[in-house]
Amino acid sequence: VAQTGSLSGRVTDSKNEGIPGATVLVEGTSLGSSSNVDGTYSIQNVPAGAQNLVISFVGYTTVRRAVTVVAGQNAQVSATLAESTTQLSEAVVVAYGTQRRQDLTGAVEQISEKQFVKGQVTSPEQLIQGKVAGVQITTGGGSPGAGSQILIRGGSSLAASNAPLIIIDGVPVDNTTIQGTGNPLTLINPNDIESITVLKDASSTAIYGVRASNGVILVTTKKGIAGDVMHVNVSTQHSVATVAKYADVLSGDEFRALVKARGTTGQQASLGTANTDWQREIFRPAYTTDNTVALSGSTGILPYRVSVGYLNQQGLLKRNELSRYSGALSLNPVLLDGALRVNLNLKGSWIDNEFSNQGAVGAAVRYDPTQPITSNAPKYAPFGGYVEFLDPSGNGRLNSLAPLNPIGLINTRRDRSTVKRSIGNVQLDYKLPFLTGLSANLNLGYDIQRGRGTVAVPAAAAQAFNQLGVNNQYAQDLNNTLLEALVKYERTVGPGKLDLLGGYSYQKFQNRFFIFNNNSADGKVFQQPASLTYNNSDNFLNTNVLLAFFGRFNYNIADKYLFTGTFRADGTSRFNPEPFGFFPSGAFAWRLKGEDFLKNSESISDLKLRVGYGKTGQQDLGGNFYPFLAGLTLSDVRAQYQLGDQFFRTLRADQYNPNITWETTSTYNLGLDYGFFGGRFYGSVDVYQRDTKDLLNFRTVAALEGLSNGGTFNTGSLTNKGLEVIANVDAYKSEKFNVTVNTNATFNRNRITKLNNNDSPNDIGQATGGIAGGVGNNIQVNTVGFPAQSFFVNKQVYGQDGKPLEGVYVDSNGDGALNSSDRYRFKSPRPDLILGGGANITYGGANLAFTMRSNIGNYVYNNVRSGSYYDTSTNGFVANANRETLDSNFTNAQFFSDYYVENGSFLRMENITLGYNFGSIVKKDSNLSLSFAVQNAFLITNYKGLDPEVIGGIDNTIYPRPRTFTVGLNLGL
Amino acid sequence: CTKDLDQVPEYSANAEVVYRDPVQIKQVLARLYATFAVSGQKGPAGAGDISGIDEGFSNYLRTYWQLQEITTDEAILGWNDGNLPSVNTLQWNADNEFVRANYDRIFYEIALCNEFIRQTTDAKLSERGISGNDASTVRTYRAEARLLRALCYWHAIDLFGGGPFATEAASIGTTPPYKTRAELFAFVESELKDLDTTEGLLAPRGEYARADKAVAWTLLTKLYLNAQVYTGTNRATDAITYANKVLAAGYTLAPNYTFLFLADNDKTAARNEIIFPIAFDGLSTQGYGGMTFLVHAPVGRAIAPASIGINGGWSGLRTKPALTRLFPGGATGTTDKRQTVFFTKGQNPNVDTLGAFSSGVLVTKYKNVTSTGKGGKDSNEQGGSGDFPDTDFPMFRLADVQLMYAEAVLRGGAGGSQAQALALVNAVRARSGATPFTTIALADILDERARELFWEGHRRTDLIRFGKFTTGYNWAFKGGVKEGRDVEATRVLFPIPNTDRVVNPNLPQNPGY
Repeated sequence: VAQTGSLSGRVTDSKNEGIPGATVLVEGTSLGSSSNVDGTYSIQNVPAGAQNLVISFVGYTTVRRAVTVVAGQNAQVSATLAESTTQLSEAVVVAYGTQRRQDLTGAVEQISEKQFVKGQVTSPEQLIQGKVAGVQITTGGGSPGAGSQILIRGGSSLAASNAPLIIIDGVPVDNTTIQGTGNPLTLINPNDIESITVLKDASSTAIYGVRASNGVILVTTKKGIAGDVMHVNVSTQHSVATVAKYADVLSGDEFRALVKARGTTGQQASLGTANTDWQREIFRPAYTTDNTVALSGSTGILPYRVSVGYLNQQGLLKRNELSRYSGALSLNPVLLDGALRVNLNLKGSWIDNEFSNQGAVGAAVRYDPTQPITSNAPKYAPFGGYVEFLDPSGNGRLNSLAPLNPIGLINTRRDRSTVKRSIGNVQLDYKLPFLTGLSANLNLGYDIQRGRGTVAVPAAAAQAFNQLGVNNQYAQDLNNTLLEALVKYERTVGPGKLDLLGGYSYQKFQNRFFIFNNNSADGKVFQQPASLTYNNSDNFLNTNVLLAFFGRFNYNIADKYLFTGTFRADGTSRFNPEPFGFFPSGAFAWRLKGEDFLKNSESISDLKLRVGYGKTGQQDLGGNFYPFLAGLTLSDVRAQYQLGDQFFRTLRADQYNPNITWETTSTYNLGLDYGFFGGRFYGSVDVYQRDTKDLLNFRTVAALEGLSNGGTFNTGSLTNKGLEVIANVDAYKSEKFNVTVNTNATFNRNRITKLNNNDSPNDIGQATGGIAGGVGNNIQVNTVGFPAQSFFVNKQVYGQDGKPLEGVYVDSNGDGALNSSDRYRFKSPRPDLILGGGANITYGGANLAFTMRSNIGNYVYNNVRSGSYYDTSTNGFVANANRETLDSNFTNAQFFSDYYVENGSFLRMENITLGYNFGSIVKKDSNLSLSFAVQNAFLITNYKGLDPEVIGGIDNTIYPRPRTFTVGLNLGL
Repeated sequence: CTKDLDQVPEYSANAEVVYRDPVQIKQVLARLYATFAVSGQKGPAGAGDISGIDEGFSNYLRTYWQLQEITTDEAILGWNDGNLPSVNTLQWNADNEFVRANYDRIFYEIALCNEFIRQTTDAKLSERGISGNDASTVRTYRAEARLLRALCYWHAIDLFGGGPFATEAASIGTTPPYKTRAELFAFVESELKDLDTTEGLLAPRGEYARADKAVAWTLLTKLYLNAQVYTGTNRATDAITYANKVLAAGYTLAPNYTFLFLADNDKTAARNEIIFPIAFDGLSTQGYGGMTFLVHAPVGRAIAPASIGINGGWSGLRTKPALTRLFPGGATGTTDKRQTVFFTKGQNPNVDTLGAFSSGVLVTKYKNVTSTGKGGKDSNEQGGSGDFPDTDFPMFRLADVQLMYAEAVLRGGAGGSQAQALALVNAVRARSGATPFTTIALADILDERARELFWEGHRRTDLIRFGKFTTGYNWAFKGGVKEGRDVEATRVLFPIPNTDRVVNPNLPQNPGY
């Protein structure tokens, strides 16, 4: 006796046209189907009884229909889906479109607003810090608007950029850091962002060709919804940031005792009687307010969203402050009976920065704690009364080798900038009437930035005493324009559904840098007026054009066998005369869940296997726009040369490389998406290998081979191998009480496999990683067979008491001499393992969430410690010391000792948020929620410095990351 | 629509435009001279000529000077920068960045000269429409480029023995072959003789700071004087031949020794003694190497920076007792005016530690003050930063040639006389008030050269020529020990830097490295 019946029907849009490819699922089962070209579907073997049918499609609202299935009969259920751009839970933003998550063939992760890092987040990338496997985001310190380093899967480049391509609402943005800001992404208000998608493997990124080697980040902002009423959303946050930890330096009394015990007479004479804690003097609790008001809805056929934001963020460092005014508008009407979709996005922001003098952070660690901040003594009057160390000759001028008064540094410098940025585009998507399934898409966009700044220091300030003060300005313009034209075609071919895409892309980046005079405080030119360029212009204009043709096919057989292939021919103005590179990719996914043997499985709710391969490229040499060009550089007026009695601005023939071409990365990816127990436990596992060859690398040029001793060549190769695991658990699920746990883990192993074209045994590698202390000291090296930036140090010898013996190292090569030949490669700043995770617990309207991050096996060169030794050679001053000095008792710098290379593994509680949603207490359909967040709540590490999370792995007194307490209120009307 | 991929910057120059214009060609020529002084196209630093090392640190003059001086009994530089200490202690290895920096600057300059010569051949000139007087002017520039190239090859011969070799005939991108010391010597010799006998170079004292015939003659004198070391053959007679040409060229000793090293040494009578300077200017030729280094690095402790015309000292360079001992009364004596530049107040005269600036007598030879006691253009006194001196570096000067003449005579060269040798040496001594010699022996020349030319970048070459560099004569921290010790005979040459051997398999390493 048949216990099942069948269902059929048609899925249509508001114009009563069939929606092909819509998903129709019987809720609570794995039964389902997708609609045909005309929108019809049918599902067999549906258990008899009451069922819920869930009908969904990318870009449309999901619809539920109750139906009673009678055994042996067919029931008709049709549905009309309203268009929507908010119900994207099933849809994942991918290159040039969206895809259902189940159709993905590549390693793609999407983080939506709900999952974003909470608390005071000033820059968008911080929204996903610790959230995405394989993505390491390191902020440059605690200054508002500090730059971040984003490394996806370890980074595939050495000398070229390791930054991913960032695309905001379809506009690939310029990743140049414009003058006047530390981080150009700060110009985007994170409150306007709806989701961030990270494309990690080459099959999903290769369609972006030459800019995709380091992954792609797609940022999608919030939009209005067709047919919706007007909503008002007000969010306001107030935070206080505090110093989480101070560098461990000696107090005034401790320092006095030390200098009295070990100092020279001159040093002892330089001591003061005060006890000044310079770090506490320069830092303060910092207040931040971040407010956004957004209106969204639809007037007639015009869905809209408008938002304005205001952020004012103080830095921990006194006088350090950032204000951001931002606005965003999006309009996304559908016209011509649904044939034309228009998507208009405009974003504008204005940032005012007050940078303070960040040199004070390091100065506060070194400055003598026995000195008072100010003094009425006449000798300090020329420096505004700030206590400074004066020249031992008694000439009343500054001691040119001594550090400067940290408070003086801050109070006598005004360093301000205004940076404006606007990103906008209009996308037109037109369904061509003569052929069903064919559409044309035009995307016109721009990304414009203006950076302007001024630096003013009075003549009576130690920091510019020899220049009689500073009164300078700077300016830079970035113009980035985009034109993209796409043709999409979709139809059923043979047993499956074929999507085709072909496109053309043109993008032009213009970087204009203005030349200004260097002035003294009185506005008079100091030393020499600035030089004009060779063509007598007051600015340098650099241009980079990228131009590409690309195509993609997706072929989906029965939602089980998914094929993707992409191809891109990409040209860049950086390489000439051979600008084009070719980047193919292919991927296959097998959705096992769609097979009969799993279709009905309750315990296995999802299972998909993905394999992919692709090639991507790299051309981003940063400021090096014309590496191929045999040009001559005109010297400025300060590098002239005198012949006879006349000075000449000289012309120098420059190093160039006419053969320069793409760096290419081949990525192999094997992935498994899983879901168990009705979707309660789900995630993915990916293994990958990324081989980069023809590295755009700065290498030594043989003497007399070129026109310098180094240049940019395609030389060397490196490999990243890794494993990413994502596991999400809906640990407890009920009407009132829910617990979800998200974790991700990344193992990445980076190895340089080739550096030069001949493998010479004399090659110690490329020195890198300049440190503070001395000039030209490099602590890291890139060597074949080792991770990039491995530390290159001498092996410290320790005494019986376990203390390091000053200047005693292992003579590794046994030649009897201790020199750089005895150094060895010891660890690297790259973590072996990156962990991220968090939990979200809700009970009724209450919500508790936290995010943690951990890096394991990352090493840090503690430059603060290594720069701390009792230096008896200073004359007329002594610099404060890290407590280290009392341990090691070193009296000379031992910069190259491995004693200072420390394990920087850490666990950081990135944030804890407690929230309560009051629901509709204001009025019907309103929403009010309140939250309290702590960021950087604690840090567990054995690292002896302030914070082991340092870009590049050399800790030289970073601007401390604050511990921030935030109260937030969100009102939706 | 792919035409937009052809982007070139409007602000930059290219060879096709530059080499059509004699005015711009002179700017390229000026650049060939500037390599010794600046570190890049922006003063004081920026748009560097070479990479991999701090610009100021790796400046041509600074690194050449260090290799010639801090390796000897004349100077010590106590900073803890990278492998700098091992240059002081004669314990450098083939990875030493300071050795590399000078090697790179030397061959960088040769490469620039090659490119200039390549672009200004007669064929190229006529192709670009340069003819008549313009063409002969450019031919003079070309001869100067050849002379500067020969000068740099001489530096390579002296420091490294053999090395990579290329002329304008080799195209860019070719890995150069190796030439031995004798082969490089032969090339430099033939180039200089050709430049001497053909039209091209300016006559002596034609224009300040230009490489003229007298520069070629001085260089030939140096080459021949050291030929025994370079090739194993005594060429003292040839040295005398060219020394005589210089001596007859109209140069005169500056009346005041100290004026040779002051901010206005391009204007005072010092200009009549200086055969070839490296020109610096506090406002127009700035850098952190070169004279900025030589003026700042010896200053610190009790020396008043303003008395040197600068804003502050760098507390680095000192001298060793071996030098001051050569003067009557040592560092504090005053009979010889050349002693007056020693500064002893508060200094321990013995070099007991490498790092402490208090250890060793200070030397205030180079100053950014003029002969009338005024600060240089960039001194604080003139409203400047106090960073950059106007002082030119006297690379070749008459007193050196006079002493070379005497030495060549004493080494058995023909074409000169003992009497003339004695007279020339005594003329140098007399200028500074030193008592005249009645007779001179070869050993006196070495000491006299130290007294007259200390800290001018000659000492290592001199010690090697006199067989006193590696063994038999020691000074503080030679070999890494305080009292000094003999070092390997192979230290007379620096190693070819590993960095270059990695990319150029044609290069053999010098023995001992």
